[in-house]
Amino acid sequence: MKCRKCGDKAVINMRQHKLALCGPHFLDWIPDQTQRFIEKYRMFDAGSRILVAVSGGKDSLGLWDVLGRLGFQADGLYIGLGIDGGTGYSAESQRKCEAFAEAHGLHLIVVDVAEIEGATIPTAASLTNRGKGKPCSVCGLTKRHVMNRVARDGGYDVLATGHNLDDEVAVLFGNTLNWAAGYLARQGPVLEGRDGLARKVKPFCRLYERETAAYALVRGIEYIYDECPHAVGATSIYYKETLNRMEADRPGMKLSFYLAFLRARQEGLFAYSSSGAAGDMHACSTCGQPTTAPGQCAFCRTWDAVRARQRVSV
Amino acid sequence: MTVTLRLRDKDYEVHAGMTVRDALLQVGIEPDSVLPTRQGELITEDEILKEGERIRLVSVISGGSLLPDNPDFEIRR
Repeated sequence: MKCRKCGDKAVINMRQHKLALCGPHFLDWIPDQTQRFIEKYRMFDAGSRILVAVSGGKDSLGLWDVLGRLGFQADGLYIGLGIDGGTGYSAESQRKCEAFAEAHGLHLIVVDVAEIEGATIPTAASLTNRGKGKPCSVCGLTKRHVMNRVARDGGYDVLATGHNLDDEVAVLFGNTLNWAAGYLARQGPVLEGRDGLARKVKPFCRLYERETAAYALVRGIEYIYDECPHAVGATSIYYKETLNRMEADRPGMKLSFYLAFLRARQEGLFAYSSSGAAGDMHACSTCGQPTTAPGQCAFCRTWDAVRARQRVSV
Repeated sequence: MTVTLRLRDKDYEVHAGMTVRDALLQVGIEPDSVLPTRQGELITEDEILKEGERIRLVSVISGGSLLPDNPDFEIRR
C-alpha cells in the first residue's frame, strides 16, 4: 500500500478516512489533526498554561509530545498509584514519564498517592467497600481529585488528558446502554471549569486508539506496553472490543457515532440533564474541592475510611 | 505453518503467502485491535507474509478506569 501524499510505502491505513500514509507524513498528520481539534473545540490557545496528565502510556505521552511539537507550553503530571501486579507497573510507568520529560526538557510533577494519603491504590481498595474490591473505582476517584488539585493550585488554565476516540466511544456506548443522561450531558472534548473544577480538554478525542499507538511507535516514544493489571476484564475493554468488531464491518462507525452524539448534544438533546446538574455543586467540608452533595466529597470519605481501617488493623 | 504472529506472550502460526489481515482473521484477532510490525517497522494489513518471518503485534487497546467527567462518579457497570 502506498502513501497517498508521496507514493512511498505506507505504514498505516486508516480505513475510516480512506487514507494510507508513510511514516513521515503520518508524523505530520497527527499534529495537524490535533491542532485542528484544539481550534475547533476552542480548547486553549498559544498562551495557555497546560497541565497534561501522563500515565506512561501511548496516549498521554503521545499527547505531551504533540503539544510540544505544536509549540504549546505543557507541564506533565504523573500520579504514582503504587500498582505492582507482579510487573512493577507503576514504577515502570513513572520511569517512562521521567525519561520522556528528561529527554525533551519538560517539567514533570510527580504525586505519590501512598506518600500523600498513606496507602497505595490496591491497599486502599482492599480497605473500602467502594468498587467492591476492584481498585479502578478508587483509582479513578483519586486521579480526578489529584489532577484537579494540582491544576487548580498550580494556576494552570487547562488540564489535558490523552483520551482518544476509542476511550470516548466506549464511555459513550456504556452510558447509552444505561441511558445515563446526566453523564451523557457532560461528555465531550471540553469540560468547562466551574466552582473549583479545572477546565478539562481532550485534544486526541477524534483520533482512533490505533492511530495514537501508531504515532507513539513511529515517533519512537518509549511507552509502557503492559496494560494496568487491574484493567483485565474491564467493562471498558469489552466495549472497545465490541465496537472494533462493528468498525471492522463498517469503517468509520466509531467516529460517526461520536460525531453524531456531539451534534445531538449541541442541539440540546441532553440540555435538561445538563442544567439539572449545574447547580448542584458544593465545597467539600474537608478539602474544599467541589462535590455534588453537601459535606465531604467522595475522595475524602473514601480516604478517611481507608485511614481509619488502617489504624484498626495496626 | 511458517509465519509466527506474536501478541504479548502468545504465538500464533499461519501459512506464508497470505495477507496480514487474512492471517489475523484466521487466528481470531480483530485487525483493528493490533498494529503489525516487521523488524520493528509498522506495516499495513495488505502486506504478504513471508516464509519464516515473525510478525510482532502491538495491542492498541487500553482500558480500566475510563471515567466520565464527573467529580464523584465512575462509569456505570
